[in-house]
Amino acid sequence: MARQQQSEKCASHKPARMGRASGILLFLMLALSASVVFAQAPNGGAAPRSASDPQAADTKGDEGGSIMLRWTLSPDDSAGQVTGYEIFRAAKPDGPFQSVGFASRGSARFADGSTDDDSAYYYKIVTTGPGGSTETAVIGPARSTAEWFNSNRANVLVIGLLISGAVLYYIASARKGKKLFIRRIAGLEAVHDAIGRATEMGRPILYIPGIQDMDDVQTVAGVTILGYVARTIAEYDTKLEVPTSRSIVMSTARETIKAAFLSAGRPEKYSDDMVNYITDEQFGYVAAVDGIMVREKPATCFYMGAFFAEALIMAETGNSIGAIQIAGTAMPAQLPFFVAACDYTLIGEELFAASAYLSNEPRQLGSLKGQDVGKSIAMLAIAAGTALFTLNQILRVEWFASAGQWLKNLFIVN
Amino acid sequence: MWMEHPGWVLFGTWVAALFTLGIATFLYKDNPVYKFCEAVFVGISAGYWFVSYFWQTLLPKLGYPFYAGVKTMFVGPAEWGWLVLLIPGTLGVMMLLRLVPKAGWIARWPLAFIVGYTAGLRLITFLQSNAMTQLQNSVQPVVRYDASGQFLGWESFNILLVTVGTFAGLFYFFFSQEHKGVFGRVARVGTWFLMITFGAAFGYTVMGRMSLLIGRLDFLLADWLHLIR
Repeated sequence: MARQQQSEKCASHKPARMGRASGILLFLMLALSASVVFAQAPNGGAAPRSASDPQAADTKGDEGGSIMLRWTLSPDDSAGQVTGYEIFRAAKPDGPFQSVGFASRGSARFADGSTDDDSAYYYKIVTTGPGGSTETAVIGPARSTAEWFNSNRANVLVIGLLISGAVLYYIASARKGKKLFIRRIAGLEAVHDAIGRATEMGRPILYIPGIQDMDDVQTVAGVTILGYVARTIAEYDTKLEVPTSRSIVMSTARETIKAAFLSAGRPEKYSDDMVNYITDEQFGYVAAVDGIMVREKPATCFYMGAFFAEALIMAETGNSIGAIQIAGTAMPAQLPFFVAACDYTLIGEELFAASAYLSNEPRQLGSLKGQDVGKSIAMLAIAAGTALFTLNQILRVEWFASAGQWLKNLFIVN
Repeated sequence: MWMEHPGWVLFGTWVAALFTLGIATFLYKDNPVYKFCEAVFVGISAGYWFVSYFWQTLLPKLGYPFYAGVKTMFVGPAEWGWLVLLIPGTLGVMMLLRLVPKAGWIARWPLAFIVGYTAGLRLITFLQSNAMTQLQNSVQPVVRYDASGQFLGWESFNILLVTVGTFAGLFYFFFSQEHKGVFGRVARVGTWFLMITFGAAFGYTVMGRMSLLIGRLDFLLADWLHLIR
């Protein structure tokens, strides 16, 4: 009974206690929210004044697809009442407007890089802050267009001209009879031996020009090297097989081999059957190439071009049949597999140097020398820039950082 | 869709599983089952890609816009932009002339166009993305301090290593100079950097391939045999 009374007493006190607790909690919440508001909005929670003088115009000196917006900062920007400027865009002046980006506090410009050229766009800039937001009048129409000359990339033009100039200079020198030195590349020294071995064994040579199309420079390099290999094969009278995974590569390879056999004085030995299209499907192609390998047992396998996951599968199968294997690719992820499974591997740029090295032809040698000039410029720039930034860190002299940044800016691509 | 019928799904699972095992028999040696699977795989995929190119490239990028452009000549207002499609269309027809023995030489022109434009276009792309961006990121101080002036040893060592590796790698890919003397020694350091990088990439990719194998085993054991869930 006493216990029951006690519990009733407690029950009668409960609403009162809960009411007091709720009041304290409400007071605390109000105090907390007020402190947050006052901390963030010194003007007592009012919306910031709007940005003014908004302008929208095509971004000059670009490749199109971009409209540049500029405005004068809100007078409340420096007072900390602005969090940023949200950019809204519409196809018509009366909307509907959609947000296309946000410029942080202190920014007075924004490049809308998602426009279709020659389409009309209307904008408004919404100044946002903890106390609310205000917006400018709608501006527009603005249209983006592509310029003939992208001035943002003038540095690419200058560097491209420098390297091209060096290439042309060395080609001219080579044509005048100047002897150009190219260092020995072990993988290419082995090409002759590998073809000779196949000839002695009476077994075919398998040449894989990668699995990409002719719009990949590695495939172009692979087909160029195929020309040299085919010419030697024509002289040695060895059987050649070139399975391809792209129809245009097949056509190009056929033309290349035909020209090589012609220049070797053996046009009658050429046959279209040397080059076959298998399939564009990566692993279907590999399945067929592996089948060719185990059935025809080529004495030599060349892999020159762009490769992906099929690289190791083919190189391992070639290894298992005891073929001499020479690979070349600029695909960083596949190089380790070729290095592990092949006898010789042309690493990265060696693939592109191969045709010049093998042909010893002045134009190609000059091109290779010109590229070395480009590498020299790169090494000098890295050395100078690194030294300047490091000196700035050690000596704390701002001039070094400014000079280093100037040098770095020469290579920034916008 | 009739293909979503459980019977067809089951049939598809069985076909995929049997072909997976058929291709896997190559691990033992070349055999008639592998040859059959290989022929089916190559034949179906070649046909698939032909149809795919026809419907996803040839018609939407050439056929339909060409037809729509020609139509405006008759039902107006006339538009002339479609005339540019005559260039790839003509190049395509020239490529097909390879099938005509006497006119086969014409097919060399579109090939020359493809190779030429590839070389020109990629020169700029590679210059920007590979050379200039790489260069820009390589220019940085090899000695680092934090805001309070404290020397950051590990970070400095990392940057120094990257810088030395970049330099030595560039020396290795320099073709105008024989790899002898000091130049040769620096190039050898470059070779070491390359080989260590390849070793790390090898291990990383093998792990990726293991996940592919696990995926295939999962298909066989879970989807096909229901031995695991």
